[in-house]
Amino acid sequence: MADQSYPVGQGVEVTVERSPARGTWLEVVHDWITTVDHKKLGIMYIAYALVFLLVAGFEAMLIRIQLIKPHNDFLSPYTFNRMFTMHGTTMVFLVGMPILFGFGNYLVPLMIGARDMAFPRLNAFSFWISSFAGLLLYYSFIGGVGLSGTGSAPDIAWFAYAPLTEKAFSPGHTTDYWAIAILANGIGSIGTAINIIATVFCMRCKGMTLSRIPLLPWLYATMSFLVLVAVSPLTACQAMLLLDRYLGAHFFDTQAGGSAILWAHFFWIFGHPEVYVLVLPAFAFANEIIPVFSRKAIFGYPAMVAASVGIGFISLGVWAHHMFTIGMTSFGNAFFTLSTMLVSIPTGIKTFNWLATIWGGKIRFETPMLFSIAFLFQWVIAGLTGIMLSVSAWNWQLHNSYFVVAHFHYVLVGAIVFMIFAAIYYWYPKITGRMLDETLGNWHFWLMVIGFHVTFDVMHFPGLLGMPRQIYTYEPDRGWNTLNFIVSIGGFIQAIAILIFVYNMVHSYFRGDDAGPDPWDAWTLEWATASPPPVYNFAIEPEVASRRPLWDRKHPEDPDSAFE
Amino acid sequence: MATVPLQHDQHDAEWTLPSRGTVAMAALITAESSIFTIFVVAYLYYLGRDVHGPTPKDALEVPWFYSICLISSSFFIVLAERAIEHGKIAAFRLWWAITILLGIIFLYGTGVEWHSLIVDHHLTIATNLFGTTYYSLVGLHASHVVVGLVMMLFVLVFSLMGAVHPHHAYRVKTLALYWHFVDAVWIVVFTVVYVVGR
Repeated sequence: MADQSYPVGQGVEVTVERSPARGTWLEVVHDWITTVDHKKLGIMYIAYALVFLLVAGFEAMLIRIQLIKPHNDFLSPYTFNRMFTMHGTTMVFLVGMPILFGFGNYLVPLMIGARDMAFPRLNAFSFWISSFAGLLLYYSFIGGVGLSGTGSAPDIAWFAYAPLTEKAFSPGHTTDYWAIAILANGIGSIGTAINIIATVFCMRCKGMTLSRIPLLPWLYATMSFLVLVAVSPLTACQAMLLLDRYLGAHFFDTQAGGSAILWAHFFWIFGHPEVYVLVLPAFAFANEIIPVFSRKAIFGYPAMVAASVGIGFISLGVWAHHMFTIGMTSFGNAFFTLSTMLVSIPTGIKTFNWLATIWGGKIRFETPMLFSIAFLFQWVIAGLTGIMLSVSAWNWQLHNSYFVVAHFHYVLVGAIVFMIFAAIYYWYPKITGRMLDETLGNWHFWLMVIGFHVTFDVMHFPGLLGMPRQIYTYEPDRGWNTLNFIVSIGGFIQAIAILIFVYNMVHSYFRGDDAGPDPWDAWTLEWATASPPPVYNFAIEPEVASRRPLWDRKHPEDPDSAFE
Repeated sequence: MATVPLQHDQHDAEWTLPSRGTVAMAALITAESSIFTIFVVAYLYYLGRDVHGPTPKDALEVPWFYSICLISSSFFIVLAERAIEHGKIAAFRLWWAITILLGIIFLYGTGVEWHSLIVDHHLTIATNLFGTTYYSLVGLHASHVVVGLVMMLFVLVFSLMGAVHPHHAYRVKTLALYWHFVDAVWIVVFTVVYVVGR
């Protein structure tokens, strides 16, 4: 019998050392640098992203200090431009994507019962080229006029609209740092996406048919497909921009007949699906966390998969809703208004399925679930302002105002960052073997929720009152003073929450309660092995007969597999 | 007891999964296709928008011979795939070498064309929009040909060293998939640059 089973609850019969390697620090460093283990690479991605989260959060704080009162001279206009460019670029490319890829790296092989990713060395390559991109981007701070003048840091906004990125308007190397960093990051992302797709479809353990893959790997596969078709155009754009800047080509050079609008199209062909690249993993976390903390199987698994794939496809046809004010035909405006609204159908399906999962469940209000519930509310509100902005006539009034900034921060912070926090609280015990402190977690959660709503609920109003984004200061007679003051205070509350979270992570790593292999009484395969998992993940390769293999193991009298 | 025995009806059933090489290559081709799409769109969008010449009509000759060489190489690589599947290593080497040779001839053709454009027509990437889009699109394709040739040359060298065996057929097929993609893209580029563009 033993060869047909794998250990549950007690972990594998192998002693797992807390530290991955014993020896001198140099050996440990060497071990991490040369690793091809998906778990170590996942941890490195997450750590790298969290460092940049603090950096980009610091930049956001500088922006909010500058805007706390009219006629403030805390930052120079040039520094302000660099701060919002670096804040946006860092948050999207060096925080959002790496942390989500990190979780994907860590969890996908474990959840499908595999021992590693399909291409471990490609995996390491992707990580290192992405981290090169981050280092290069931040190296720009010490070029040119040095740190206090913030060097050659990019100052072209995260969408880098042409022709302001051409040599004539952007001399020096600010734009080059940006373009090369994004290019390198894109190569890493595409490599990881290829790897995740091959892993999900080709490395499944015995019995895991397409309809039994847990939702997280399913959504990661969809997200990886979006990366393939959406990040590649961005990479192509950077090549074009660099050809313009270094070889005198004319793609976006309006003096020679090139088109600035083409850059906008190309950028948003990437830029809009990118939102879904970031939000699909957030959905994936919700799909895993909400059922476990409601003590019910996910409601409507096939509808969830179909809706996710549907979101992926529809999101490819909506990019020009970022360009209503750029001057399109009325047909174009109508098409992109309608296609944008269409996304709300699959998104609605997902939201109602989550609600149906919670409905009648025995809900445990632990920190991961708290963040997930806040996510549900905030995601719905973000969707509602999204529908407002998708109406082209309304968009003409609000384009590039703080209303737009508030809307997308609702998506990026209210939905994605909240689910990232939920995921960290949920999987931290698996990754480190220790629980995060629940009291500190509650402090983090409540300060974060309050700070978030103080900041971004209020931020809609200066937008409605006409405050444009990306201005370094404003006149005192516009009626924005109090609103901006409140927004800045909200930002500080969020910063305090995140510092508590960082303290919790460090503190719990050394002092946290022992987690054991399955602290949440969950149902997917990653909880079937020790915490942290051994290098080979599973002593015996698992075999599954339903979507909830651990439920089957724990409840042999009432297994899911009997109903399939 | 922490371990629960697993007994499944389909325990003895065959469990087969798609090959990861093929899936990964298909994914790579998807990504590459969208990169090429961006360059093709740029080429078509900028057609006829040059501020000054030379235009495609003035400068371009249709590279019939070289295109036929590249397209027919797809045929020879299929022969090579079949040969290695059936264990005929000598035949595999022959067809594989012919594929590489045809690829090199095509690349030579691109070189000849570029030389004539630069020297006779004074067209560089910085001259006008035609130069910008032409060199980047055709150059992007040529760079893919170079990558394919380098990988195929590796296989040829390994094969001559006696390190390629019939059980490597699946890897050869994955590489061949890439080469078919390079050929298929040339059909698109050819249509856009030499048929629509002229």
